[in-house]
Amino acid sequence: MAYNCIVLVKQVPDTANISGKTMKDDGTVNRAALPAIFNPEDLNALEMALRVREQHGGQVTVLTMGPPRAAEVLREALYRGADRVILLSDRKFAGSDTLATSYALKCAVERTGDYDLVFCGRQAIDGDTAQVGPQVAEKLGLPQITYAESIQALQGSEIVVQRAFPLGKETVKCTVPCLLTVVSSANRPRPPSARRMIAYKLAATSLECPALLKQWPEFETAEALDRYLAERDQKIPVWTAADIGADEEKLGLPGSPTKVLKIDYVVLETSESRQVPATPEGASGLVRELIQDHIV
Amino acid sequence: MNKDREVWVFIEQEAGEIATVSLELLAKGRELAEGLGSRVCALLFGHGIAHLAEKAIYHGADLVLLADHPELALYRTLPYARVAIELVRARQPYIFLLGATPIGRDLAPRIASAVRAGLTADCTDLQIGDFQRKDRVYSDLLYQIRPAFGGNVIATIVNPERHPQLATVREGVMRLAEPDRTRRGEVERVEPQFDARDLVLQVLKREMRPPACNLKSASIVVAGGAGVGSKENFRLIHELAHLLGGEVGASRAAVDAGFVSAEHQVGQTGVTVRPRLYIACGISGAVQHRAGMDQSSKIIAINTDPAAPIFQIAHYKIVGDLNAVIPWMIHAYHANAK
Repeated sequence: MAYNCIVLVKQVPDTANISGKTMKDDGTVNRAALPAIFNPEDLNALEMALRVREQHGGQVTVLTMGPPRAAEVLREALYRGADRVILLSDRKFAGSDTLATSYALKCAVERTGDYDLVFCGRQAIDGDTAQVGPQVAEKLGLPQITYAESIQALQGSEIVVQRAFPLGKETVKCTVPCLLTVVSSANRPRPPSARRMIAYKLAATSLECPALLKQWPEFETAEALDRYLAERDQKIPVWTAADIGADEEKLGLPGSPTKVLKIDYVVLETSESRQVPATPEGASGLVRELIQDHIV
Repeated sequence: MNKDREVWVFIEQEAGEIATVSLELLAKGRELAEGLGSRVCALLFGHGIAHLAEKAIYHGADLVLLADHPELALYRTLPYARVAIELVRARQPYIFLLGATPIGRDLAPRIASAVRAGLTADCTDLQIGDFQRKDRVYSDLLYQIRPAFGGNVIATIVNPERHPQLATVREGVMRLAEPDRTRRGEVERVEPQFDARDLVLQVLKREMRPPACNLKSASIVVAGGAGVGSKENFRLIHELAHLLGGEVGASRAAVDAGFVSAEHQVGQTGVTVRPRLYIACGISGAVQHRAGMDQSSKIIAINTDPAAPIFQIAHYKIVGDLNAVIPWMIHAYHANAK
């Protein structure tokens, strides 16, 4: 039996690589210095879906919600093996918290057609909330298997999954369709394939066409480029709130029950502190002091 | 008693043991409820766990809602969510706190989605305060405080309109109170009903183990970050920790790089520690990490980058290569320790 898989992914700032250099003098984050990347555990989710397709057949569809730039992760998904990618992008989605986001994703998943398995990364590295997966599952009325590490069996409408926690493992059996959130220990995501990078070299959304015109001046208008891409099956579809039939009241800021009261930039306190020379003598003096003060 | 402003705490239990984080949340819930003039209600689900209700009361609950049912013996999303969602709908709590454990993080979003309430994950502080938007003032909301954006800012989130105000909190962030055996409370049994759709998932096997390291109560922590560079170099961290009788900690970057297992992670999404001495080696010091260690009595930071934020909270700053400095420290300890 073939299984149609939907993978929900997110483009995130690479928060793992924040250092002194990505902070401005006023303590705020220099966003420009942070590259945007494919959320790492979403790559594990994509890999798990691709392996299901390889073993059982079916189609892998990758969906993301974000600004026009998020098409970057969709191209990457194509290079790594996705059959179909869709960008959900609309100003009406702006300011969505996890609840509004999961509502939009639920509407989009329903619009993609028949599906058997929905995969997400366990959590995204920018918010670390791990909420969107379970909330999408709830809205779709699906059972959820969070912290999924491996699919041990998949047959008919039954799936056996091993879950991995910091302190243990659990094996569960569930009915299909269901939603899985995948942990980083699940697999090693395959790299983008050179062949597919060539095949999808031009892949772009119509939102990107005006900017692409600058690279390809041979096209006189964005529409001409758009047509060219469509004829070559290189157009990444963009769905708006209207396309997915979403109730606008449940999207963006109006649809988000959480509100940000304030953001405090972290002001680091310099309490009494001392520079210790990075020399054998410096280290030795420090250790002696710690011993004398009964700290060690 | 203001019954409109109940504070609920989900009691996580496994094999007849209440999770420490749930007891910590009862203490915090008690403090919040006193500020609101309301009461703390504990949700205790499982099978054969009625005797745990007393412990929840000693730790701060005024009322225990007890669902004791064979289908609740092991945690499963759908039956647990069903009972919790029905109780929330029927009784409209004001605040609902859960541990940010694998179970809490599985259950809380399911509840939030079903009742369309806001949920904030991994709070590092909870307070009561007002919120003004346009002309309207919402009084006595739950301030849900957490590091955000890679931990470089601290965000205060509120849920002004849709209740309950849901939040998850990591173990070790809130202080555990001593049980008060003189406290009295009510226990109310709820009789859950399940249908076939709630029971589509079966647990075939569950193997949980006790933590291999005891970071949370360690008095000395030697922690390594991305700057350690490799799993081999991380041996130095283990060596220094062992020598000082401490535990090994790590930043998330070190865990993600595979230098050390996730149980060693210190920070907002790891363990919160308050040791006598914290030695941060090759850790840049994003807020998410600092949220888990900035209460340490003494902090030594070793880093090659003089601009690393960790230096701004360190008592002793060593700008240099940990691969040289740690062996010097080990040598000095051998030479000077009695």
